[in-house]
Amino acid sequence: MRENVLQRAIVILVVTLGCLYVTLIGWRSPRLDDFKSLDQIKRNLAANIKLGLDLKGGSHLVMQVMADEAVQKMTDDNVEKARAILENIGISVKEAKRLSATQLAIAIADAGRAGEARDKLLEDFGKSEWTASVSGDTLTFTLSERVAQEYRRRAVEQAMLIIESRINAFGVAEPTLQRYGAEQSHQILLQLPGVDDPERVKKTLVLESNLELRPVDGAYRTYATLEEARLAIGGRTDVEALPLDERDDDETLDEDGQPLPKRRAQPKPDAPTQFLLVSKTPIVVGKDLRDAFASSGSLDGEGDYRIVFKLKDEGAKKFGDWTGQNIGKGLAIVLNGRVKSAPTIRGQIRETGEITGNFTKASAEDLALVLRSGALPARIVYLEERTVGPSLGADSIRQGVAASIAGLLFILLFMVAYYRLSGVNAIISLILNLVMLLAVMVMFGAVLTLPGIAGVILTIGMAVDSNVLIFERIREELKAGKPVLNAVELGFDKAFVTILDTHVTTVVSSLILFVFGTGPIRGFAVTLLAGLLANIFTATFVSKTMFGYVLSRSERPSELSI
Amino acid sequence: MMIELFRNPNYDFLGKAKYFIAFSAIVMTAGCISMVTRGFNLGVDFAGGTKLTARFVAPPDENQIREALRKGGYAPDKIVIQRTGRQLSQSDRNEVFINTPQTETDVDGDKRKITEALQQHYGAAAPPDKLDINLVGASALADRLAERDALDLKRTLPPGEAEKEYRRFADHVMQIRDAAGGTLADLKAIPLTGFDPKMAEALEQAAAAGAFNIVSAEIVGPQVGKDLRNRAIVVTIVACIGMLFFIAFRFEWIYGVAAVIAVIHDVLITLGLFSLFQWEISLTFIAAMLTLVGYSMNDTIVIFDRIREQLAQRRRDDLATVTNEAINQTLSRTVITSGLTLLSVLALVLFGGEVLKSFSLALLIGILFGTYSSIAIASPVLLWWKRYLERRQPAAAEAPPARAGGEKRAGQRAKSAPTR
Repeated sequence: MRENVLQRAIVILVVTLGCLYVTLIGWRSPRLDDFKSLDQIKRNLAANIKLGLDLKGGSHLVMQVMADEAVQKMTDDNVEKARAILENIGISVKEAKRLSATQLAIAIADAGRAGEARDKLLEDFGKSEWTASVSGDTLTFTLSERVAQEYRRRAVEQAMLIIESRINAFGVAEPTLQRYGAEQSHQILLQLPGVDDPERVKKTLVLESNLELRPVDGAYRTYATLEEARLAIGGRTDVEALPLDERDDDETLDEDGQPLPKRRAQPKPDAPTQFLLVSKTPIVVGKDLRDAFASSGSLDGEGDYRIVFKLKDEGAKKFGDWTGQNIGKGLAIVLNGRVKSAPTIRGQIRETGEITGNFTKASAEDLALVLRSGALPARIVYLEERTVGPSLGADSIRQGVAASIAGLLFILLFMVAYYRLSGVNAIISLILNLVMLLAVMVMFGAVLTLPGIAGVILTIGMAVDSNVLIFERIREELKAGKPVLNAVELGFDKAFVTILDTHVTTVVSSLILFVFGTGPIRGFAVTLLAGLLANIFTATFVSKTMFGYVLSRSERPSELSI
Repeated sequence: MMIELFRNPNYDFLGKAKYFIAFSAIVMTAGCISMVTRGFNLGVDFAGGTKLTARFVAPPDENQIREALRKGGYAPDKIVIQRTGRQLSQSDRNEVFINTPQTETDVDGDKRKITEALQQHYGAAAPPDKLDINLVGASALADRLAERDALDLKRTLPPGEAEKEYRRFADHVMQIRDAAGGTLADLKAIPLTGFDPKMAEALEQAAAAGAFNIVSAEIVGPQVGKDLRNRAIVVTIVACIGMLFFIAFRFEWIYGVAAVIAVIHDVLITLGLFSLFQWEISLTFIAAMLTLVGYSMNDTIVIFDRIREQLAQRRRDDLATVTNEAINQTLSRTVITSGLTLLSVLALVLFGGEVLKSFSLALLIGILFGTYSSIAIASPVLLWWKRYLERRQPAAAEAPPARAGGEKRAGQRAKSAPTR
């Protein structure tokens, strides 16, 4: 008990200073101004102890990539491809359609050539990915589940890359973007600390941007209803009717793709939607874009916002060829299945175009950003949102911390009143425990959340419990008539077994919570684990050393303040 | 002299075990009936839906909010409008929670719809041509200021600098707003130190102070809530099994089983009380449940440890006597530890704020029953099982059944039974 007090005190001192260093300065060499002022110390603390979004404010978003849509789209493409390939080799197609996301069926006129058609198509679709079966004149192609799985996974990855580039364009500080939940759930977790307009960011992140430039079918003519437009289409499969946002057909583009200044009628918001017939085959698509930016159409640089886009070389060539051959015809600028505007081509345009419409500065900038970052492979929907404003986050810290400190102070007072000098001993180990807890959290880069504070409370409870266990044990031995030195020794020895049992049991459960838990459960487990480890050290080693020091001061201690 | 809570306590806890069990059974039955018939008051975290925290510039009238939402298309019986329980600070008095199940197809559609409905109703404060300073962020405000350019900075400053200056001012305004609790009632209250005094005019041209700010939003899709709940339940059960194995390894099987029974008892009672009083169960409730499980285990192990120690020392004593003494010997520790923890949790209930309410209340009940169950449930279960084992071994006549004694011998007897 009384041996090696000095050595043990040195160990404690080193550990304490190490922990204080890590909490106050972190993993770096100290600088002169680290302790210049109280504010600087506070700043360092705030930089080292990372607070969760529930405490510091920010947005926690869980989104789902509708990954099946990406697979579905590929199957749709294959239906179109099959039609073209078969017509090419002179097999006429009676019907071609998608049965499910991973299956398509083609009925051909000449059942005798089914084998040939199957081989030809499989070659194009990929033999390792698709399997085919023939019954009569119908060919059924099925995408293997393993490959479909792979496509879904890729869709999620691609979506994450695109979202990342969109977030970066917004300049959000320290966002985290990661996969969330099970592999097949196709969920993404995005945490944005301190965004000043979360709604705008949220909207832009999942904005679809399927831009297509398509020829307007025939002469420019709008239809008042979808039925009317369908009637005009008749049996043709190469055109479709799309809703038109801007009805102004007088707009014209000049040599460089700039619209000639002209009176531009804004569509009335309550005007009924009209439809325009456009070709199904685009001239260029979003992938061909090299750049897009928002720009103002008016002379003073304010108002009348639009998006100017530039095409890549290959796209520009296609676009130039088409516009050169189709002077006088209409060009539909189709965004997400709606015709944004449909100017008439007055001359050849090579690489620049514009999307006009009812844009504000912000919405034009957001759309330009979305066009630049590319089209999402599939729709993304939000499943969960937790946004905590900076003022509310600050409130919950203030209140939680104030309440915890009040509780802690009461405990400390009680310990001194009840156990007197030994109570001081308990206080020192309790405070050291908290310092170590913080240091362990800094070391592992753990994040302090609201459930984490719950872990701290349980830690404090268990730290107090350890001390109470030891002290009560010592008292028992004293009452049994043991000499002071002996009683302290026995008290520590016997209580140690109990402390070890309770702590290891809790460590077992918090490890399980950490490994299998998510979000809030994990936050709780992290602080609890850190606290428990610190507690075993403080309650047994530190407290015992302090008793050893007190007892070593007299040759035969006969009294103990406990 | 020592201050002592108990001087040599010698209460007959096990003799009263029947009453304890009866009490627990009544509370649990009531709780279970309530759980089955009334269910829980699940917060948005588990039930799905939208919960918004709106802070107004002045204490809001609930009926007005209800009216605003009714006009916005919300059935009054679906919407729950709550005030903060404590009214300690100004921001508490101005704060209101708006709770609705999901009505839009988009998970986050209700947030927009409710905000719009409130804006419509309280619209007078912020005319449509001006930005509502309590609802927008710094970037939107900076854009608007730069667009209006009331200070004519674009002409006088180098290109790009005007936008920067407006942005600096917008950041300043938002900082003042958030420091004031998220809402500003009066634009004139913004200090202009470090800025051109004409900025005040520019701000008033571009923006107005609306009636409210949405300071927090929790929006949870229906599937997410279910996943979260299932996961929490599974993880807690796995953690309990893990602890059971560890206790079985350190003690004996039955100790682990008794401890887990006590934990289940505590969880059921806490859940039952939350159902009976229809207190809201939110995400933090899970953390409280986990704390409760840890705490209850801890308490039980302290008593079991003492029983094991006493049995090793006094082999001839009856298990009932040993158990009862173990409870008595650890009584002052139990009361001090639980008392202190309970008090710090009470501080959390009283001053911890609304966010922690569900958590601290669950913890308070959990700690109370966690302490109680170690004495009233875990110890009797242990004792009764041991007695049951002994009764199945009538041949063990070398010791009278009532004084059958140490766990080791009871265990040995049970194991050697088939060979006799």
